[in-house]
Amino acid sequence: MSEPILSIRRLRKAYASGTEALKSLDLDIRRGEIFALLGPNGAGKTTMISIVCGIVKPTDGEVLIDGKNWQRHFREARTRIGLVPQELTMDVFEPLLNTVSFSRELFGRRPDPARIEQILKDLSLWDKRKAILKDLSGGMKRRVMIAKALAHEPDILFLDEPTAGVDVELRRDMWELVRRLREGGTTIILTTHYIEEAEEMADRVGVINKGELILVEEKTALMQKLGRKILHLQLTEPLAAVPPELAQWNPQLSDEGATLTYEFDAKADRTGIPSLLTAMRDAGIAFKDLDTKQSSLEDIFVSLVHEQRSAA
Amino acid sequence: MNWRGIWAIYKFEMHRFRRTLWTGLAVPVITTSLYFIVFGAAIGSRMSEINGIDYGSFIVPGLMMLSLFTESIFNASFGIHMPRFTGTIYEILSAPLSAIETVIGYVGAAATKAMSVALVILITANLFVDVRVEHPVLMLLYLLLVAATFCLFGFIVGIWAKGFEQLQIIPLLIVTPLTFLGGAFYSIEMLPEPWRTITLFNPVVYLINGFRWTFFGTADVPVATSLAATFAFFLTCLGAIWWIFRTGYRLKQ
Repeated sequence: MSEPILSIRRLRKAYASGTEALKSLDLDIRRGEIFALLGPNGAGKTTMISIVCGIVKPTDGEVLIDGKNWQRHFREARTRIGLVPQELTMDVFEPLLNTVSFSRELFGRRPDPARIEQILKDLSLWDKRKAILKDLSGGMKRRVMIAKALAHEPDILFLDEPTAGVDVELRRDMWELVRRLREGGTTIILTTHYIEEAEEMADRVGVINKGELILVEEKTALMQKLGRKILHLQLTEPLAAVPPELAQWNPQLSDEGATLTYEFDAKADRTGIPSLLTAMRDAGIAFKDLDTKQSSLEDIFVSLVHEQRSAA
Repeated sequence: MNWRGIWAIYKFEMHRFRRTLWTGLAVPVITTSLYFIVFGAAIGSRMSEINGIDYGSFIVPGLMMLSLFTESIFNASFGIHMPRFTGTIYEILSAPLSAIETVIGYVGAAATKAMSVALVILITANLFVDVRVEHPVLMLLYLLLVAATFCLFGFIVGIWAKGFEQLQIIPLLIVTPLTFLGGAFYSIEMLPEPWRTITLFNPVVYLINGFRWTFFGTADVPVATSLAATFAFFLTCLGAIWWIFRTGYRLKQ
């Protein structure tokens, strides 16, 4: 396992208003991964990104880029980082090509028209290069923001809610683009509150709530570990109540008794399914169909945040 | 030094000025012409020479300074206020640029524009009166120093201002009155006491007289005093900007 490309150490941010946006946050980002930071609004996602990118000053703690302090080596750190902020903020009277070239040079890179052309083509913006930004559609503006962030060829890319307010088709394109970037070696950290997005793309998922990382886990491991499976049995004859023979499995009846639901732990050695089915056969309860469903990241997320709330 | 970054900001700002090039040039030309019609033709003919200088020529350095002040403050404050307002400042803050590099980019562009306007005024004035410049090189250097100082000042205003109306307050309520009262259109020798002494507390008097000295070789106050006052203002602004970036005042939360 190589050194983390980005290390966040005991990062704390208290705003003047007294709000503690981050409470001593620790996080390591691995080289070349897609890391999804998940959390409700106001959880501290944007604050964390803004501190790493030098836009907000932390109250305490530090950030290391390849082991180097991000303030002491700010030039190197910032040249390596690209940021796509949540808001579509741009100089609306500028032509598209100018604004993207500006971003590249601002970060100290030699002008490279061929490179900019490639970035704009990858984002399907090349045909619009002469357009004034205010005349572009919302989806195009979002892509312009990405083009600006990529213009200086960063190897760490922050995407703050990249698909907020973006239609389904464009969202798919965005995911495709992020995957291509990762293939090219870029490390990507994205925040989202669309669980679907994290589930679709991330290698690892971090869940942040009220300024604390409640969990960091491989996505697949997380879903396995916390994933509950649910067995649905479509009964041939509806039941009025759960028969006492099945009580030890604690199944639930729904659809006016037509569906029997049994929740089990997918990671356990004994799921209890075979014995339940045997007990049902012995009790003479027949079923015509069955399916099992794994709980989604969304279910996991809701239960985590909920747990934390009830613990507090 | 991230020279490319500085150059990018400079080019961006100059491009912004080029978009409004014609209004940017028409304004100083028209204003100067108006001043000459009013002060030169209507009033100037009734004015005697001041320190042996024809009144029309006498007001040229004052006119240039007046425009230089307002243009410098306006361009520099607007230049930095706009990204704060729209939110595009995120890119400047996250770029590998030090505070001083950011300031050089913005202030350099604003000073270039302000100096161009001042020189356009000088050229326009030449259509009305014969202006001789005794020390042309010093005149340009002095123009540069004052432009840089007021652009730094404008940069501070742009960071301090909470809205676009506040951008106007400093130039309209402080700088323009001080300039009119600072001997832009008259010699302070012409004032009766105690006004003459009171006027000496107006810092703009030193700026205008220093500049006037480069034109005619004479001024109301010694040129060394003028230079010292200008430098003092320059260093004060520089200090304030250093503090702003160190503390992140109104730039970083």
